[in-house]
Amino acid sequence: MLTYIIRRLFYAIPILLGVNLLTFTLFFVVNSPDDMAVSQLGAKYVTPEAIQSWKKKNGYDRPLFYNPDAAGSGAVTETIFFAKSLRLFAFDFGRSESGRDITTDISTRMWPSLAVAVPSFVVGIWVNICVALLVVMFHATRLDRWIVFVFVAMMSISYLFYIIGGQYLVAKTWRLVPISGFHAHGQFWKFLILPVLVGVVAGIGSGARWYRTLFLEEANQDYVRTARAKGASEIRILFRHILPNALIPILTGIVVLIPSLFMGGLLIESFFGIPGLGSYMLDAIKSQDFAIVRSMVFIGSILYIIGLILTDISYTWADPRLRLD
Amino acid sequence: MRPLLLWSDVLIYLLVLALCLFFLRLRRDPQTREHWRRVFSTRLGMVTFTLILVYVGIALLDSLHFRRALEPVEGAQRSEVFYNNQVTSALDVMLVGMGERFERTYSAPFALKSFAKENMKDENGLLYRDFPLLEHAGRHLSKPAERWADVVARTLWALVCGLLISAVLVGVQWAFLRRSSLPWYASWGTQTAVICLAVWLVLISRYYHVLGTDRGGVDVAYQSIKGVRTAVLLGTLATLIMLPIAVTLGVMAGYFKGWVDDVVQYLYTTMSSIPGILLIAASVLLFQVYIDLHPDFFSTGMEKADARFIALCFILGVTSWSSLCRLIRGETLKISQLEFVQAAHAFGVSHSRIVTRHILPNVVHIILITFVLDFSSLVLAEAVLSYIGVGIDPAMGSWGNMINSARSELSREPVVWWTLSGAFFFMFVLVLAANLFADLVRDAFDPRTGSGVAPA
Repeated sequence: MLTYIIRRLFYAIPILLGVNLLTFTLFFVVNSPDDMAVSQLGAKYVTPEAIQSWKKKNGYDRPLFYNPDAAGSGAVTETIFFAKSLRLFAFDFGRSESGRDITTDISTRMWPSLAVAVPSFVVGIWVNICVALLVVMFHATRLDRWIVFVFVAMMSISYLFYIIGGQYLVAKTWRLVPISGFHAHGQFWKFLILPVLVGVVAGIGSGARWYRTLFLEEANQDYVRTARAKGASEIRILFRHILPNALIPILTGIVVLIPSLFMGGLLIESFFGIPGLGSYMLDAIKSQDFAIVRSMVFIGSILYIIGLILTDISYTWADPRLRLD
Repeated sequence: MRPLLLWSDVLIYLLVLALCLFFLRLRRDPQTREHWRRVFSTRLGMVTFTLILVYVGIALLDSLHFRRALEPVEGAQRSEVFYNNQVTSALDVMLVGMGERFERTYSAPFALKSFAKENMKDENGLLYRDFPLLEHAGRHLSKPAERWADVVARTLWALVCGLLISAVLVGVQWAFLRRSSLPWYASWGTQTAVICLAVWLVLISRYYHVLGTDRGGVDVAYQSIKGVRTAVLLGTLATLIMLPIAVTLGVMAGYFKGWVDDVVQYLYTTMSSIPGILLIAASVLLFQVYIDLHPDFFSTGMEKADARFIALCFILGVTSWSSLCRLIRGETLKISQLEFVQAAHAFGVSHSRIVTRHILPNVVHIILITFVLDFSSLVLAEAVLSYIGVGIDPAMGSWGNMINSARSELSREPVVWWTLSGAFFFMFVLVLAANLFADLVRDAFDPRTGSGVAPA
């Protein structure tokens, strides 16, 4: 098991390198160091000297991939790619183009993101499983077909409508909670209720439908028929036979998402004014802050790869027949 | 009048042609015919497919662009004709100038007066503030109180016209299809409803703004209809660009295995580990810079918006192939172990022939299911991308841009709800129809849920 994990971690290195190379190339073509200098200095103060000094100060005055002027290994290390992208492997994120320390920013903004994402995730899964179980009880009736139709209808509504509708109804019309904002102390839960609610409701359509299919797949298995033949009640079959077995695909399907909870939700955070990593990323895209985007892409890829490894581990944990080696 | 061919117009017509040929070819295969029969033997399949066809039809009509000739200016040479910079489409002609009846700012559905007060002068030249009358709504009424009676009368008249038109259309179809065992009546019912709605909209919007007007005074119903083309094209073109990449790489990885498999797996793991939205944003910004640096390539704003639109389709396609590629790789791995492929190898059949004759026909159902499933998610994604600011160019109508602009309108007093509702209604119907249809297609084509197992 341990050797497997270590090997998977080594496999991650070329992937992360590829991710870095791709984002670096993409963003570099969009935004040359001169463009970055102009946008960061402000159009008023743009002189060739000012651009040069900004590039020197922020370390953009070197060649991109290969430095023929430097001696020895410096040909590779004294380049923008090495200094800006490969340093990420040591979790050295450096400073954003506007001069803020990215590591501090990320570590402070991580908590509001988690405060919204974790409750939405946990409550969401719980609600989806409950709804799906309820529907499975009414399987193959007219009601079941109508509920599935409602699920599909809920899936067909854009996420933006859930957010806008939730803000309009709960916050503006009924005045139950503030429309947006975040407070680190005291009554911070007031600001969390609505984003979590919106996140859960928006997920019911696709989530509960997916769980319903999983439950029904289990319901067609032989052991269910055996249980029924032995005279077990439908409720007992549902909770003691189908549910534990269906939890395996559910578990392995959601484990990959757990690490990404750190990244927060792009839309939820920007609509509700939550100072988390999602809105951080959105602001970085809008102001074209290359350093932040680079760091966030790197973190996002790492979290995704961790999610994949966790999925593999959870398979062995949930299904003892599997061995990783 | 001079026709104007946008790149996306060419692509969509080529696409429709290709799809038709594809389906004609598939008709020869009895198994595929049986699958389609299962889809269309349900009422739901008929209704949703009719709705999708209506949307595609609107998109196709809206893809016939031309520029109107301007009236010759006094004293100018007669031989020289100038063309309007405003691009018109066949759909605009059919809507009888619905998009040309501008107001000054917001107005509610069926309103006679504007939403905002303005300074006006009465007969004596005295200044006063009041809601000005709209330019193109209810001008034929002698008293404002007659409005609703007028609306009802015109609605009834439109209903009669709509029923007459649909009676002719359905009658023709009935003559050909009455012996068919498929539930065509469900499709005819939908057609009748759509035709009545369309006739009503066209007739009544000459006298009222059915869904009000937006901030710039443009009719919201018109904008919502213009959003259809963007959504349909985005949903189909992006998937179409994604398909060849995903299918080629997936089949190659599953068939040749070894280092090819390693490389393909590396590629798709790398692609899928980058947060998708960042990748799309970066690529769109990249293309935007290119457009801004070469303004002389595009003679009208529409062409510029079109270039950005195609780039967006391309980017969405290039960044989203990994999941389909993984599915096809897995399926190809499974199929290439089967006896008939082994037998083909033993007979010395070439690789390319094995792939085209034995592997591809057996993964077609995955491609088809992905095509219909992705369509609705792409339509939904467009709204999100427009919100982030990397979506459709504002010069091209899209539901995402409408929702984006409607965000601040809900906090107004009284609430401006109609822009959001217009976009919501048109988007919801399309995505719902596509989702329901995709479910039916999946149930019919997926071997796991296939005809072998009787539904419990």
